[in-house]
Amino acid sequence: MTGSFWRFTLLIALKDLRIEGRSREILYTMGFSAALVVLVFSFALASASDPAQGPILAAGVLWSSTLFTGTVALARVLDRERENESIRSLLLSPAPRAAIYAGKVIATSLLMLAVEILLTVLVGVLFSTGVFTHLVWLAVILLLGTLGFAATGVVFSAALLRSRSREALLGALLFPIVIPVLLAASRATACLFDPLSPDLDPVSFWTRFLLATDVIYISLGLWVFEPVVSGD
Amino acid sequence: MSARSLRVAKVCKSYGRHRALVDVNVVFTPGRVAAIVGPNGAGKTTLLSILSTLVRATSGEILLGDESFAHNPSARQTIGYVGHEPGVYPDLSARQNLRIFATLYSIADAEARITAMLERVDLADVREEVPARSYSRGMLQRLALARALLHGPEILLFDEPSSALDPVGVRWLGEELRRERDNGRLVILVTHDLDAAAQVANHLVVIRRGRVAIDQVEDAGFATERVRALYEEALRDR
Repeated sequence: MTGSFWRFTLLIALKDLRIEGRSREILYTMGFSAALVVLVFSFALASASDPAQGPILAAGVLWSSTLFTGTVALARVLDRERENESIRSLLLSPAPRAAIYAGKVIATSLLMLAVEILLTVLVGVLFSTGVFTHLVWLAVILLLGTLGFAATGVVFSAALLRSRSREALLGALLFPIVIPVLLAASRATACLFDPLSPDLDPVSFWTRFLLATDVIYISLGLWVFEPVVSGD
Repeated sequence: MSARSLRVAKVCKSYGRHRALVDVNVVFTPGRVAAIVGPNGAGKTTLLSILSTLVRATSGEILLGDESFAHNPSARQTIGYVGHEPGVYPDLSARQNLRIFATLYSIADAEARITAMLERVDLADVREEVPARSYSRGMLQRLALARALLHGPEILLFDEPSSALDPVGVRWLGEELRRERDNGRLVILVTHDLDAAAQVANHLVVIRRGRVAIDQVEDAGFATERVRALYEEALRDR
């Protein structure tokens, strides 16, 4: 990967973040959806759950909410390129397709991570879980889980760019593919949140699994993005 | 401006069994506006997509001067494209849009160039905070032209640029096309509007069922009746 690749990647990511900074549409929608999902889960599960199950439920709720709100971000980040056919202007620029992909993955991940901070606090409060006990581990798991989800989602969102029912299709196509990411991320998070299991070996195992999955998904994304987006 | 011709040689494009373009041979020359006309589904937009490097030809060759052009990422620097959609970000202002493309094209002294382009398309007085979303159709198309010209491309490609423009906008666009032609730029216009083609073109290409049916150059330009006659002749033949 050359210097110009990273330069273009950064430019694309900054462009998407600048547009979001101007409208704040994705962040507000994601934040509201995230809060709503966590609240609904807490109403439904808090009274029924065994206190020992709290950390496991918290991890599940955290990643379920991330899945739903991440889909909102993915759909909208690519949808902005569809409006006015600005995707064509982007594809005609000297930016390599792989850099466009990487830039979109970074921008989507950063938007998701911003909302995940709010999500994590909410989950910690509503499920009485010590979410920040292992802060560095949690940050690594959130980062890798989000990256894997965005890396896959950007490809599917680009493939559905010209599809009429893209929002419905995006979830249906994407969710089965990201199961390994969700599995590893939620297992790692559950082990991390569990105060009865201070052993970090399972966390380490699932984090390495997550890293391997990310490498595979990002490599595939860099490879297939060009044919997917050009529709050729 | 450009002194290099764009040579399309034996270009074919198939989508499965459907042959969208068959053995297309055309030479586009700088200082001319080439109008590509033809009925719906004739292959005009497919040819333009191949010329813009967005779509790969199944076979054949495209050369800009002596350089291979088709699907060559570095060739994109030489292309400016204006479609029927403006290709800009609606949440950003005209200047912010042009700033993004100026950084992508690594334009030196970008702010001065952006100001010059905004003045040229008469958008310099629009307030900075007004997003493109609230622009009229004509303003958006003027911004699209500014975006396409920003990096000083050798080749300008237009795909039905006047659709949805009012008569004033159509006249303005015709003047801009003639201006670029007189500046020596290589201009290719895909349209189904024969009157618009006659107003600006001095090279007429009629495509029918993926093949070039008429390829004619008139340095003095074409009268509307002549364009209509050539078009009907092309559709009648074969």
